[in-house]
This record gives sequence, C-alpha cells and structure tokens, in this order.
Amino acid sequence: MSGVVRVSRRGFLKTTFSAGALILCARFFPGTALDALAKTQGWFPGVYLGIEPNGTVIIIAHRSEMGTGIRTALPMVAADELDADWQRVRIEQAIGDARFGDQNTDGSKSIRDFYDPLRRAGATARLMLERAAAATWGVPAAQCRADNHRIVNSDGRTLGFGELVVQAARQKVPAAEELRFKTSAECRYVGRGVPIVDMADICTGKGIYGIDARMPGMLYASIERSPVLGGTLKSYDDKETRKVKGVRKTVVLEPARPPYGFQALGGIAVLADSSWAAQQGRKKLKVTWEPGENAGYDSEAFRNSLLETVRKPQKVVRSIGDVDAAFARGGTIHEAEYYVPHLAHATMEPPAAVAEFKNGKVTIWAATQNPQAVQEAVAKALGIAKGDVICFVTLLGGGFGRKSKPDYVVEAALLAKKVGKPVQVAWSREDDIRHDYYHSVAAMYLKAATDEKGIPTAWLQRCAFPPIQSTFDASERYARDGEMAQGWVDVPFDIPNLRAENGPARAHVRIGWFRSVANIYHAFAVQSFIDELAAAAGRDRIEYFLEVLGRPRTIDFKAEGTKNPNYGKPLDQYPWETGRLRRVVELVAEKSGWANRKPEKGRALGFAAHRSFLSYIAVVADVRVDDQGRITIPRIDVAVDAGRVIHPERVRAQFEGAAVFGASLALMGEITAEKGSIRQSNFDDYPVARINEAPFETHVHLVPGEGLPTGVGEPGVPPIAPAICNALFAITGKRIRRLPIRNTRLV
Amino acid sequence: MKKMAFTVNGVTRSFTGDPEMPLLWYLRDELHLTGTKYGCGKGLCGACTVQIDGEAARSCVTPMKSVAGKKIVTIEGLSARGDHPLQKAWAECNVPQCGYFQSGQLMQAAALLKEKPKPTDAEIDEAMQGNICRCGTYQRIRQGIKLAAGVKS
Repeated sequence: MSGVVRVSRRGFLKTTFSAGALILCARFFPGTALDALAKTQGWFPGVYLGIEPNGTVIIIAHRSEMGTGIRTALPMVAADELDADWQRVRIEQAIGDARFGDQNTDGSKSIRDFYDPLRRAGATARLMLERAAAATWGVPAAQCRADNHRIVNSDGRTLGFGELVVQAARQKVPAAEELRFKTSAECRYVGRGVPIVDMADICTGKGIYGIDARMPGMLYASIERSPVLGGTLKSYDDKETRKVKGVRKTVVLEPARPPYGFQALGGIAVLADSSWAAQQGRKKLKVTWEPGENAGYDSEAFRNSLLETVRKPQKVVRSIGDVDAAFARGGTIHEAEYYVPHLAHATMEPPAAVAEFKNGKVTIWAATQNPQAVQEAVAKALGIAKGDVICFVTLLGGGFGRKSKPDYVVEAALLAKKVGKPVQVAWSREDDIRHDYYHSVAAMYLKAATDEKGIPTAWLQRCAFPPIQSTFDASERYARDGEMAQGWVDVPFDIPNLRAENGPARAHVRIGWFRSVANIYHAFAVQSFIDELAAAAGRDRIEYFLEVLGRPRTIDFKAEGTKNPNYGKPLDQYPWETGRLRRVVELVAEKSGWANRKPEKGRALGFAAHRSFLSYIAVVADVRVDDQGRITIPRIDVAVDAGRVIHPERVRAQFEGAAVFGASLALMGEITAEKGSIRQSNFDDYPVARINEAPFETHVHLVPGEGLPTGVGEPGVPPIAPAICNALFAITGKRIRRLPIRNTRLV
Repeated sequence: MKKMAFTVNGVTRSFTGDPEMPLLWYLRDELHLTGTKYGCGKGLCGACTVQIDGEAARSCVTPMKSVAGKKIVTIEGLSARGDHPLQKAWAECNVPQCGYFQSGQLMQAAALLKEKPKPTDAEIDEAMQGNICRCGTYQRIRQGIKLAAGVKS
C-alpha cells in the first residue's frame, strides 16, 4: 500500500492490469471485456484475478484489511488453486464496487463467504492455462498440469504462466463442474499460511491508513459536533477561530435527523492548512447547542429502567416445555441480574477519510470496512449517483465494526463539495469516544429451578437493550432476530423447560455493531449464570456444564419454533451441534490442565464456552488477585473449532487479540452518559488493556477440521469476560454481575 | 518567528511556524512522514512515539519549540533498509495485526533495547505500558523484543 496512486474508476482495472494481460473477468463476458464489466451489474468471481504477460499474477483483495490478515488470506486461496508462486503474486486493493460482491468486512464472514469464490477463480485460471499449454503443444490437456507458476507437460516440457497468457485468454471459460480443487495435502499455502503482505510496510511506517491519505491541495477539517445526539446549533461565533493562522474558513454542516443511519452528524467544521491549525481554530469556536430530545439520557437511571424491564414478563423469543409450570412445582430457585454498559470501539486509528468533489463526482480514500456503504451514503448526502462515488480503501488502523459506518466519510465528501477542494476529516480521540456508534448497553435477568442434584429443570432468561436497528429506524425498541440469535435464543443447554424473552429499550445514542456484538452481553449473563448454578450445586464447573449441555445433538430450532437466522447461513449447512461445543470444552480442559489444578490462594481458573459466528469456542482463564485486589491474568487457553482453517497463524493471532479485547471490556470498559452527553473522552477515562493488564499469554488450540470454514475475527471475544469473572468468583467468592469488573471492590 | 534547526532521520530541517505545534503534526503534515501516528493527542497511548536524542518521546505532546538542536528519529529512520533487529523480529514473530500502532511500539522498544539490551518480562512491561495496542498483539510484542534482544522466551 506504499504506492498510493490516484486513478479513475474506469481506469482501475485498466491500470491495474497492463494491456495483453489475461484478466479472468474478461473471459466471463462476450465482447470487449472491460466495457462489459463496466455495464454489468451482476457479480462474477472472475473479477478477482488476472495474469500479466510477464507472469505476474494479480489478485484483487476486495475485503478491508483491519488486522485480520484478510488482504493476504483470501488472495492466498486463489493463488494456491492457481498453483502460483506467491513471490510472483501482486495484490491490489479493490475500490468499492458491487461487482466484487459483498465488501462489508464485518460479521466474521470474509473467509466463510469468499473462500469458495476465490478458490474457483484460481481453479478456473489454472484449468485455462493447462488447456492453453495443451493447445500449444498439441497434446491432451490431461497431460498438462500446473506446478508453481508454470505448466508442466508429462514429457518434461514446461511453459511459464506468462508465456501462456495470450493462448489462455482464447480458451473457453470452463464450466463449474469441470473445475478440480486441490486436496489439503496438495495445498501450498492454504492451511499453512504466508506472512501478511503488508508486513514490511507496517514495520517501516510506510503503510497508508485513512488518516495518512493525502490529496494535492487538501484542507484539514476538525468538526465540533453537538455533545448530545440530535442536538442543534443555537448560535456560534467563529471570529477568534478565523484569526488562527492557517485557518481558511468555517463551514456549518446541517444536523442529522433521526434515524441517524450513516448521516454526517452535523456541526461546525473548521478547515485549515494543517491538522494543528484546524484543531486550534476549533478550540476558539464559541458554540451553544440546543440539546434536543436526548438531553435526559443518564446511564444510571437508564440502567435501572432496563433492570425494571427484565424483572417483568416480556416478548417470548424461544420457549421449550413449560417454564412457569416447572417453577410452580418448586425445586431450588436461583435468580440473578446482569448488566453490561455501553462500550466504544476506540479503534487505534480514529475515523478518517479524504474526499475530493470534481465535475459532479467524488473521489475518496478512506479507512472503511465497507466501501459500498460509503458509495451509498455519500451519494445520498450529495444527491449524486452511487456510481459517481469512487471509494479507494486504505489500510484500517483497527475496525471492530466502527468503520462499517461511513458517517465520517460523508463529512469529508460534504465539506469537499462545499469548499471546492479536497478535504481530510480525521476525528480526534475525543470525537471518537464521544460520538461513536456505541455497543449497546444491556440488562439480563436469569432464573432457574434446580432439582435435588442441582441440575436445572427450568430456565428463564430475559434481556433488554436498545437494538442496533434503532440507528436505522428510530421507532425500533425490540431486538432483531439476528441479535437474538447471538447467544440468546441459541443457548444450547438441554433443559426440559426453557424460555427466552426480550424486552423493549429506547436508544439515546447511535447504537452499532461492535466486535462480536450482542454475544458479549448474552454470553456474559448465560456463562456466568451456569457457573453460579454449578457453584450452588458444589460441582466441578466443566463437568456440570457438560452435563447440562447434554448428549451431543443438533439443535432443531425449526421443530421447536425458534427463529434463528444463524449468522445469515442455513441451519442445515451450518447446524448448531452441541457435540462440537463439547469437544472444544474437553480440549480446553485438557490443555489448561483444568482437572489437575491445585487450589491456590489468590489464583484460580475460570471457564466459559460459547458458539458465535458459527464457530465453537471454549476458554479457560487463569486469574490472580493480589491482596490489594489487583487483577492479573497469567494465561488464557482458547480451544477453537472454526472448521477448515485457511491461515492458522492469523487465526491464532485473532484469538490472542480477542482475549485482550475481551479482557479490556471485562476489566475496565465503560461508556456512560450524563444529561445526554458521553462522560468519557480519551484513554485516561476510557482505558483499554495495556501490556501489563492484558492476559500475559494466550494459548490457542485449533481443532483440526475439513468442514466449512466459520468465523474467527469475533468469536474469541464473548467467552473471555465470563471466564475471568468465574475465576474471580472462585478466588474471592464475589460474583461479578455488572461489568466492568473495576466497579466492584474485590478485597 | 524565530527559526530553529534540528535533524529528522539525519536530515537537517528548519522550522519557523507555531512553536507550540506538537512535533507529531510537523512530521505528518509538513514532512509527510506519516509513519508516526496520531492516537490520543495527550501522550496516553504511544502511537506517536519517536526518538529524540535517542530517547523515546511522545511527539503529540512535544512542542516544536522544544526540539531545537535535537536529533529526531522516526519509524522511517529507524533503519536504512527496514532491517533493525526489532523490525526483523517483528516479521519473524508476525507481530502486527492492523499495524497502526506498531510504529510507536517499535520506536519504544528500540529505545528500551538501547537502555536495557537484555530486558526481563517485567522491564518490558514497564517500558511498553504506555503503548496501547487495541488489536492485542502484546504477547508477540514481548516475544519480538526478546527475539531481537537474544533473550529466551
């Protein structure tokens, strides 16, 4: 990404590939390939791959790189099927364009959704090259096979990929059933991995992130926004601002109206010749706001209202057996309430983009997880066609869901249009923490009746939180099915009477998806409560968990009448198999030395297991509390069943990172509102885990598998907080039911 | 305004602008050395770490007036060919995820190794706790530092 160049959208493929290159997409269309591509609205896997006459294989990375390694892993899949030499592969980042298929790098689905298309792209090109070689030599195609960037004839002759480009481009595109795929053993890169393509740039400071993108003559903008969501400008005075050296002008952006969606929030932008001048000018603004309808939002009062909601019967989202009758029959009753506050993404690179408006078209460089959403949102805000928004994607300094929402890109585009120059919008950390699309605040109530052995005979769970959909439809109060399927309606315990409910809650800030989303609070409540029941029964936590989980079975949501969107995938293709959860639980128990652990003062293991994004995860956290109540986490063990693993090293990295992310939100993450304004503003009052606070080491244990690949970016997060809290209970006897942990005195 | 001189990555530079402007913005906006990152503007996160006369410094809270006569080294100048032992160790241990904060991590770690060529885990934690990594690469940062230092993990 070091050589960031500006090219037009029409010129994108043309400049990426030189004349004469075999561009696989070309072969999917009759006539002039690129013109056809430009006219076609459909999606063709062939847009991902091309070969230059000099043999360079160019693979398009159409998903955003925010640290998962996807810019490497998906191209690697295509290169492997092509049998290309990775050293001769060049990766080009795609612009936003629906022809690449979904580009919203969110939901832990890049490999899940695109492993197959990239594989097919590689296998298609390989077969065409093999057939081209056969035609050149006048031999049967069966005699020719690809081997490390060349085609080898069984008689010993070879031709390089580049030499075959012209002939290959004349081949008919093979039908899907003609394609042959490598076995795992034949794979050169898949299942093994290669270093990320951006390694050298990152280590030498040459990587270009959104905040680093520059356009000639651009102005730097710093925007003062209403501290309360929906507030409007009452009055402002920019006299002092305009005196600051380097400040060019101030521009008023219209306030957003609900639903806020991806609109620019509005406010007063200070545009200047440098970041510093813009920031200084902004400080000199005198602004008064009319705070509007969210001025009464107060986190403590809201927490109470959520708890009131979950204490009363609510909308039933899952029901097995008859919970009320079972409770009426008696047994030992257990009840608990849990609470998880708002969280801010705090991506290390705050939201940033640069935009230029020229001749009715917008060109953008942005750190975005979703360049197509950028196209849509910018087009809508500027009243131009989506196709006139050209969005280049830089590296992202973290994403975690924040950068799927392109409001900051809209700001840059609006300002660029207003001032007639390119404009960079880079949020300050304070802007980021105070104006995020927050992870929702949630309250959960759980109740169980247990028999004489302490095994639950009835289980009731209620939750309430402002749903993400409220950002897109201000009248929404209840969770969507997708949020309910994130660890709420899919609780896997084999309990004869089980009911899940969801109550209404109104949003007063923009609510957005955040790494692992609703799974965070659902897993916290469910995995804590099962630990509470195990403790009450005086049982080993893991043995008890497995007993309540029951015999290995596939949960039949259809038969029980439960809606489970299953992360957008059919349940018959990606079933909920409790046996797979059992397996990771057994694996993590073994690897963490759970059974042989001797009790130790101030130190214990805690356990949690959770399926999300179709992956099965079990965690054991080794936690220490000193006599001052200070917590350290010497070790985390994570067992993972994510189906077939494409890039094991990057998958491990994701789970190591998720352990830190999970520990951060468990130990210290909390965003609160007072009079509608967010009280936190930077890393001093919204801390995230540092090297001395994070788990000292995380050991990731991958279950080998050949099944369909499932998510890895997010599913490591949800079990961490309950595992840590369960360990803390084992050490101190204090049950943490409210996050973050730092709000509870442990000694 | 008084003209001041200093070096950045061995190149002599002069500056006549706002003496209160933090070094970070001079590096990024005037020299276009964008490897030094913004993260908090308050010296809380370490993204903007550079070396001034060999010591790690947070460029976001270092006003230009304080760098007169100093030798400033940024990530772009850490080594001529990207082959500082830490840069090599970072690649060997596959440390980066998003990579945004790795410039600061590397500059801080390089300053640590100058002072303590064979750091212990506790010394690493002590030196590196000002440098946040939201992706959570800490255990590999520790590994990378030890590899570069030739200390056993």
